[in-house]
Amino acid sequence: MAVHNAVKPQSYSTAAGMKRTSLWFLLIAALCLLLADLEVIRADPWMELGRIGLGLITPNFFATEALLDALLNTLAFALIGVTIANCVGFLLALLFNKPGVRQFCASIRAVHELFWALLFLQIFGLSTLTGILAIAIPYSGIFAKVYAEILEESDHRPINSLPKQQSLSAFFYARFAIAYPHFRSYCLYRLECGIRSSAILGFIGLPTLGFHLDTAFKQGNYSEAAALLYLFFIVIATLRQWMRLKLLPVYLAAGFYILPQSTLISLEHLKRFLGEDIIPSPLRQSGGDFTEQILALMDWCWQLLYLQAFEGVFNTIVLSIIALVGSGMVALLLFPLVSRHFFSRPGRGLGHALLVVFRSIPELILTFITTLILGPSMLPAILALSLHNGAIIGYLIGQHSNGLQLRADSSRGLNLYSYELLPRIYPQFLAFLLYRWEVIVRETAILGVLGIHTLGFYIDSAFEDLRFDRALFLILITAALNLSIDSLSRWLRSRIHRVNFERVNSC
Amino acid sequence: MTHSPAFQLKDCHQQGNGQTILDIENLSIAAGEKVALIGKSGAGKSTLLNKLRGLRPDECAFCPQHHGLVPALSVYHNIYMGGLERHSTLINLINLVVPRPGSKQDISSLCQQLGLSEKLFISVDQLSGGQQQRTALGRALYQQADLFLGDEPVSAVDNEQAGQLLELLKQQHRTVIIALHNEQLTRNHFDRVIGLKQGRVAMDKPVAEISDSDLADIYRD
Repeated sequence: MAVHNAVKPQSYSTAAGMKRTSLWFLLIAALCLLLADLEVIRADPWMELGRIGLGLITPNFFATEALLDALLNTLAFALIGVTIANCVGFLLALLFNKPGVRQFCASIRAVHELFWALLFLQIFGLSTLTGILAIAIPYSGIFAKVYAEILEESDHRPINSLPKQQSLSAFFYARFAIAYPHFRSYCLYRLECGIRSSAILGFIGLPTLGFHLDTAFKQGNYSEAAALLYLFFIVIATLRQWMRLKLLPVYLAAGFYILPQSTLISLEHLKRFLGEDIIPSPLRQSGGDFTEQILALMDWCWQLLYLQAFEGVFNTIVLSIIALVGSGMVALLLFPLVSRHFFSRPGRGLGHALLVVFRSIPELILTFITTLILGPSMLPAILALSLHNGAIIGYLIGQHSNGLQLRADSSRGLNLYSYELLPRIYPQFLAFLLYRWEVIVRETAILGVLGIHTLGFYIDSAFEDLRFDRALFLILITAALNLSIDSLSRWLRSRIHRVNFERVNSC
Repeated sequence: MTHSPAFQLKDCHQQGNGQTILDIENLSIAAGEKVALIGKSGAGKSTLLNKLRGLRPDECAFCPQHHGLVPALSVYHNIYMGGLERHSTLINLINLVVPRPGSKQDISSLCQQLGLSEKLFISVDQLSGGQQQRTALGRALYQQADLFLGDEPVSAVDNEQAGQLLELLKQQHRTVIIALHNEQLTRNHFDRVIGLKQGRVAMDKPVAEISDSDLADIYRD
């Protein structure tokens, strides 16, 4: 026998590290699967699926004359909300290093737009202001963070070479001009997200596409629902064609014109909501014994935590981890569809179309549809979240793989996938996935409004019972969960690899 | 002894941006020859190698200038990639997770010859330039082909080691064509020298007939 092992080989491989990380995630997700409620409740999911499929091939664009109104309202809310958020976010980005600003931005974006809408609904009713604020506030926080990152990462040499670096002209010439293309492309992406958010605001009653989708699906009018979905795809797919900076003032004016103008800002309402409704109920009766009140408050907190928040947080985390790993699997499965190493241009076109469909439908609507088919359990939510986020990450790593130059004699098929591409894209893939985790948690919490027992379920129920104090308490807990997941994912990212992380369009 | 040609290139003209990249009327390389390809950078060496490879893509062990290694994978896996086509996809996939004992033995003895035995399970992103180059050579050797085409495959190691590696390559392949810059290596390890100048064959001689002025001509403008 040959003496091969004269020198014992050392073992430190980057791939082995990545394998270990993935194994941990798989293991934790498997554990979560044991804890999750995955029952298929519908007796005959195939029948419902068939009816939805039939609707999809027979869209009815004339079922309701409100269709066009709903579409225009959706766009108006998104355009106005995102424009305001863009301006506010930009100003906040300039102050990002001032104490408290970073934390402030993190907390306003930790509350989902649907929860903001539910809060404003109590003050301003089902009005235009509610819709605009619900988008503008969390988006300001997101814009601030991303714009601050863009400014931070852009080339600092031009400004350092100027004599007066603090002047406004210096800023606009040497910093803004460099960062502007990135601002622009991010802003367009955010507008796309804004249209999705605006559409789902319909689910709580605002006059956008979601409102009609909700009704159409609930009544089984799948042809009408399909028409709404198709309109939505077209608007999103053509966004870069019709969205021009020069036309923005026209769009904004038109938006203000078409949105309903019935906002009655009632001071009394505001005062009652802030001064009474959201105060924890044990503290409302004045004149009681102070220690008794504190004890009652502690009991109130404990009851809420014990009976609702614990289960809500637990379910949200369990569901989000399964969805995270599911998204990863979907992404690794789908990215070859848009990679030039596997398909020629026409083939990739089809792949792109598929991915665009899955990433355009908001998670909430996708879950709504899968729940119709499978019944209310965690299973439809896992499916929907994995498909939506998997399509987004798959698209991003597909693009990343297109930038890789391989040897002329590289292998083909599964060999190419597993030996050449997977090891090269994996660090990027893990980074994208971990970035996405925060978004998945935010969305998982929201899916509660569809009846899955994540945090959103308890928040929605509290609103329905008009117990706003409880709702606010649970919203704060949700925000705290989002903030902790955000820092956990940042810690993991910095720990796992010494990779040059590209900024991903978060949220 | 008559050799059938391993490569026969006829009337090969390639233009790009209004410049001649390759302009070769007839170039024949017999099986068994050990050919050094010299010329200034941009003279068309890499293009010619790629053309030759294109003639028999499945029979050439190829070592390109940019090594095409996968940074995250270990030396073992990068070398194993030379033999992907010899094994079934299923075996390749399993080997990615658990190295096959048989391949491990082959590759570890190959690594011993390359001076990489300590680094077998270290990913190549942690290796020096010379070690990476030897890994790329290892991959080419593991292709176990008859023909070897290399684009400056020993440029990042010292002269003595380069000589040993060239001998190893010659030992394992019948026909060897290597682009390189080093005069001493050219003279000591090859039978035939082809000099390229602006895409044309400016010199083609047995190594014994090469004079210093021949070499100077090739590198002159």
